[in-house]
Amino acid sequence: MFELLGIPPQALFGQLLLGLINGAFYALLSLGLAVIFGLLNVINFAHGAQYMMGAFGAWMALNYLGVPFWGALVLSPLIVAIIGMIIERTLLRRLYHLDHLYGLLLTFGLALIIEGLFRRQYGASGLPYDNPLPGGTNLGFMFLPNYRAFIVVASLVVCLLVWFMIERTKLGSYLRAATERPDLVQAFGIDVPRMITLTYGFGVGLAALAGVLAAPAYQVSPTMGSNLIIVVFAVVVIGGMGSILGAIVTGFGLGVVEGLTKVFYPEASSTVIFVIMAIVLMVKPAGLFGTAK
Amino acid sequence: MRFSMAFLAALSLAGIGVAHAADPIPVKIGVLNDQSGLYADLGGPGSTWAAKKAVEDFGAAAKGMKVEVVSADHQNKADVGTSIARKWYDVEGVDVILDVPNSGVALAVSEVTKEKNKVFINSGAATSDLTGKACTPNTIHWTYDTWALANGTGKAVVKTGGDTWFFITADYAFGHALERDTAKVVVDNGGKVVGSVKVPLNTPDFSSFLLQAQSSKAKIVGLANAGGDTINSIKQASEYGIVEGGQNLAGLLIFLTDIHSLGLKVSQGLNLTAAWYWDMTDANRKFADEFAAANGGKRPTMVQAGVYSGVLHYLKAVEALKSAKDGAAVVAEMKKLPTDDPLFGKGEVRADGRHIHPMFLFQVKKPSESKGPYDYYTLKATIPAAEAFRPLSEGGCPLVKG
Repeated sequence: MFELLGIPPQALFGQLLLGLINGAFYALLSLGLAVIFGLLNVINFAHGAQYMMGAFGAWMALNYLGVPFWGALVLSPLIVAIIGMIIERTLLRRLYHLDHLYGLLLTFGLALIIEGLFRRQYGASGLPYDNPLPGGTNLGFMFLPNYRAFIVVASLVVCLLVWFMIERTKLGSYLRAATERPDLVQAFGIDVPRMITLTYGFGVGLAALAGVLAAPAYQVSPTMGSNLIIVVFAVVVIGGMGSILGAIVTGFGLGVVEGLTKVFYPEASSTVIFVIMAIVLMVKPAGLFGTAK
Repeated sequence: MRFSMAFLAALSLAGIGVAHAADPIPVKIGVLNDQSGLYADLGGPGSTWAAKKAVEDFGAAAKGMKVEVVSADHQNKADVGTSIARKWYDVEGVDVILDVPNSGVALAVSEVTKEKNKVFINSGAATSDLTGKACTPNTIHWTYDTWALANGTGKAVVKTGGDTWFFITADYAFGHALERDTAKVVVDNGGKVVGSVKVPLNTPDFSSFLLQAQSSKAKIVGLANAGGDTINSIKQASEYGIVEGGQNLAGLLIFLTDIHSLGLKVSQGLNLTAAWYWDMTDANRKFADEFAAANGGKRPTMVQAGVYSGVLHYLKAVEALKSAKDGAAVVAEMKKLPTDDPLFGKGEVRADGRHIHPMFLFQVKKPSESKGPYDYYTLKATIPAAEAFRPLSEGGCPLVKG
């Protein structure tokens, strides 16, 4: 069967695994977007910028404070989440009663401003960040760097934890209830505005976490987020806007599809996700895991 | 109100008066490049600074010229680049466009420049087609090109035993030209190309392509890409243990800013070809110091130095002709005058528009050898001007046959 595809099975397994690694980033990022959209109804276009801030946060922690990668993994998402919460409190909050479009425009504008500031300060070509887990394992069919293995595991664990928290815990049920009927939930004595602020901070923190994970693997540059964010939006649309499980499954799934495209027809690897998006939108407009409202 | 009107009228009269008295030659220089994307650090605002600096050092005002420098961002899109070029030429009276990294945009701007009979001095783009089959009487290619890079790095690598190659190529005009020119050098020197993969511009993850390179068993993985793409591929090659596995990387187009971004730990030992490096002569160091003072401590790249040198030579030609209006005439004058400036030394502009000067083969220093930021290169060899660029007869430029 593998001969039919024209490449040896070893290479195919290798590419599948690489797809999963890229999928891990898509999943983490689209998860944050899905949480924010699902609970706040805000299309967070600043997500890419927040991912970039996470990566820069790791760089700054190392170079200004001497905090190594493992410390930055906690510190940087926390700081970026706090910045996110300040943005929610001061700006985003004023737009909830308006159409989605206003939130989109605001976050898009913020993303441009944040990127511009970082570019002005650090330049466009980016900064070096050392690999915290050098070396790797030879799996027979491919050489798997230790750090890439860590990315997949870390991302899977985080995704499952978030899914569990939102779908299976009491806190999650409050959150879901607050999005359906904020007035009723408030009447039960729950501080809904604070919950929304924390949720936004959490989603932003997830983006920053993905950014820290990306720092040793990719180039830490001001444009790293905008290169990725469009793909991630496509992932969210394919998975179904606001669907937590959809974001996770399509994130990993599309990573694999993209990985395979890189072997069979590399020229199309940057567009294949959008082709899939177009097809999904035609067949199932609410997305693979979404429910039409 | 009436007073201010009168004041304005007086001012404008005074202005006209001055213009008549000195009769300066008006020149408008447009620096068109990537001001915000992946090539912004190697050209970008630094190139605009270099153009202004050249105007100042030339002493344009004292020589009876009124030179203005404008700049714009082409966003690496050929359509954006051509529409800015058209607007500049048609509406805003720009006489010459400089820099224009990104070969795709450069080829498009070269066409517009010929159509409008203006001048195009390219420093940032790499494709050797600009002075080959796409050459025009209005375009000069100043700093480097794919042939010179391939000839420098390719030949050096094959001669030291790297005779089988796999290319990771950026999928647009530049990458294709660089792969083509390097493959020719490899084959001509007795090597073999075992495979290649074309990668879309701005790809963050190269693991898949590196894995393909690994399984090809080629001794050399040639990176026919630039900027952020080169940075990501080198960074990830070190992660995947390409060099430990017995293969070597050959970065075909590497800028100083790329090494700065990668860090010496990852990039040490790389061989690269460049037209200019700041820490080579006193004149270069002086230029770099002034550049750093105005650009937040950064050191200039060869592209920015090329913009400086190109503007100086252009202004000399305009001074000789006493007009910047006929683009083809200015370029003809630039080809007639020998080039001589503090950064690129003595040289010439050839009939096909190629600026001829020596190229240099560098090796990236080990972290222990570097004295600090931007102290990155050791000079390995100087490629003399006569051998650095494609022979005039081989480019297929129609201007040469005639």
